[in-house]
Amino acid sequence: MSHSQSSRTALLWHIGVWALFALVIVVLPYIFTSSSSISMMSQMGVFIIFALSYNMLLGQAGMLSFGHAVYFGLGGFFTLHAIRAVNDEVWQFPLELMPLVGGVGGLAFGIIFGSISTRRAGVTFAMITLGIGSMVESSANMFTDFFGGESGISGNRVTDVTLFGFSYGPSIEVYYLIGAWTVMAAVAMYLLTKTPLGRISNAVRDNPERAQFVGYNTTIARFIQFSLSGFFAGIAGGLFAIMFEIMTAPNVGLVQSGAVLLMTFIGGVGLFFGPIIGAVLVTYMHTALSGFSEGWILYFGLMFVFMVMYAPGGIAGVIYAHAAPWRAGLLWRLLPSYLLVLLPALLAIAGLVAVVEMGYQLSLAYDPSSPIDLFYMQINATSLWSWLVALLGLAVGIAGVLATARVVRARWAGVNRSMQATGAKT
Amino acid sequence: MRPTLSHFAVAGSPVMLESIVFSVLNGLLYGMLLFMLASGLTLIFGMMGVLNFAHASFYMLGAYCAYTISSYTNFWVALILAPLFVGFLGALTERFGLRNVHKHGHVAELLLTFGLVYVIDELVVLIWGQIPVNYAIPPSLDFTLFTLFGTSFPAYRAFILFVAIAMFGAIYLLLVRTRVGMIIRAALSHPEMVGALGHDVPRIFTLVFAFGTGLAGLAGVMAGNYYITEPGMAFSMGPIVFVVVVFGGLGSLGGALAASLIIGLVTTFAVSLNYSIADLLAAVGLGLDGANIAGGLAHIDLSRIGQMLPYLMMVLILIFRPRGLMGARES
Repeated sequence: MSHSQSSRTALLWHIGVWALFALVIVVLPYIFTSSSSISMMSQMGVFIIFALSYNMLLGQAGMLSFGHAVYFGLGGFFTLHAIRAVNDEVWQFPLELMPLVGGVGGLAFGIIFGSISTRRAGVTFAMITLGIGSMVESSANMFTDFFGGESGISGNRVTDVTLFGFSYGPSIEVYYLIGAWTVMAAVAMYLLTKTPLGRISNAVRDNPERAQFVGYNTTIARFIQFSLSGFFAGIAGGLFAIMFEIMTAPNVGLVQSGAVLLMTFIGGVGLFFGPIIGAVLVTYMHTALSGFSEGWILYFGLMFVFMVMYAPGGIAGVIYAHAAPWRAGLLWRLLPSYLLVLLPALLAIAGLVAVVEMGYQLSLAYDPSSPIDLFYMQINATSLWSWLVALLGLAVGIAGVLATARVVRARWAGVNRSMQATGAKT
Repeated sequence: MRPTLSHFAVAGSPVMLESIVFSVLNGLLYGMLLFMLASGLTLIFGMMGVLNFAHASFYMLGAYCAYTISSYTNFWVALILAPLFVGFLGALTERFGLRNVHKHGHVAELLLTFGLVYVIDELVVLIWGQIPVNYAIPPSLDFTLFTLFGTSFPAYRAFILFVAIAMFGAIYLLLVRTRVGMIIRAALSHPEMVGALGHDVPRIFTLVFAFGTGLAGLAGVMAGNYYITEPGMAFSMGPIVFVVVVFGGLGSLGGALAASLIIGLVTTFAVSLNYSIADLLAAVGLGLDGANIAGGLAHIDLSRIGQMLPYLMMVLILIFRPRGLMGARES
């Protein structure tokens, strides 16, 4: 009785969370109405699906892939070829379902390449995926009919063959198409984690030897997970193709594969919603930062390295670590120490940003002595004083962080002790 | 201009022979450059189990450091100092980066070096700018060594071959014949025992990583002025070096040498022999129609397949011989 009741509350809670997710997607264009923000939010949807599909490998099955864009990109190419076929009136297929073409394409190549790569695990698997990724990218030169050579393949998404009567010409209609697919794909991937396959994948990730002893074939579990992940990556690629109406060879390449690894890891691989945070954050920062800084890749790289070293659970992991103190009502004991770290951390970041921006000014700008706008100031990169101040800020900031981090650690130790004493769940 | 079929029909004529001789020489050269990179990568993997994703980035750093050092002094000083400096950066990376994530396993180490690729590649742009730098071959080596069939062979290429071979000999002797090499090899297989004997195993790992990245730096010094020193040079070299290491067998120095030479020769030949399979078939009297799929595939030039060939070879060897050419063990 009480068991069925608690499972029913859990079910309602899940439905509620997903309904909220869908509601946010529906409401967002009413808050951010500019065409650039609608384009950015559409990209976020695409990359949420892509990053979630990537996490089916890295987070759920412990498979580090350097070639996941293969399935994303090929899915996009298949979708665009299908759209062109509808353009040429040799095929009838509604645009709303076009991402499925990409999904099937991604699944097909996931099955082909997965049968090779998933026989191995760990670092060797990573190497094989890198090799396959490079192979597919360089084969774009050979199969110019499919990849379209240097200029890529383009099509027109307004096909007049639709289910619901929208033309999908305006970007807001494309946004809602992407949003609908994002919710469907995310729910499907979430439900997959609850199936026996999802559980076996976790077992294969945590302890392949023991999973084998229990009687599961780890290779087959990895293979199925890999193929399905290719399917969802293909859907994301299909939506990408619909949105941009063009696919080029780099879309299957290593840079794109690296980007999805970056956003998934920054978001957090340990929890299902981690990659959603990562996709949203990285897409936002990419759009926002690349506009006014040459160094956004460097900032991303530094952030990634920092997270690998100090927060391997990503942003979602950091958030989740505070769930237990929050439930125990002890969060207030941590917050003051965070404020204490925040000040020197901001100083260090400001110093770093100043050093990096001045460096780019010196190496890339046409006139290095022209002042840069930074922190509401005009900074001259050729002046020794700017460098001294920036480096001093960086050094003092780092020293301050190192000193105050001790306070945070001490507070955490205290909170953990209290929680153990009261028997709270950690 | 595209060579015509008649070249093929009269194989053995001077034109064909010249093409083959120079393809062999250039293939060997490219192979030895690949080996200079691959040897460091495979050493680090063999000793520490760490696959250094940023290896080609250290190679690029080597080229840029050599450019800066040689602009103040000369090439010979750079040849010595730049690899040492890159090795020092490698030591810092190991000491303050890899050692901290070691407890999270090899995947975390791989991720760290993956992040370093972004950081190093961007730092290079930050310091030296986007456009290629003028890192030139030293005047003392800038002459023609010999001329064959009217085509000249520069002395610098011979110098690269010489350095690469000397490097292989030195590494081999160091690992097999010296006490240091013995301790390093022992630390790989039995780290606890080596530690119990009083050796500082973490320091050995730092030294191995520094040594491996230093070798990558040396390759950068040699290749930076032979090719072009520009921010894209790491990205163009990185994946192919991984192919070499996997193809030869992870951790095997001899395998890396064999794989470097094979891949160097194969890619050079594929580019220089600009024929398609259809041309070959036509030469033996089999015509193929370009309209169907098999015909379309056969009409693709070998030079276009050449870029893909190494990766295809790697995938094939992983299917049929997963431990690579000379790998001691799987994965």
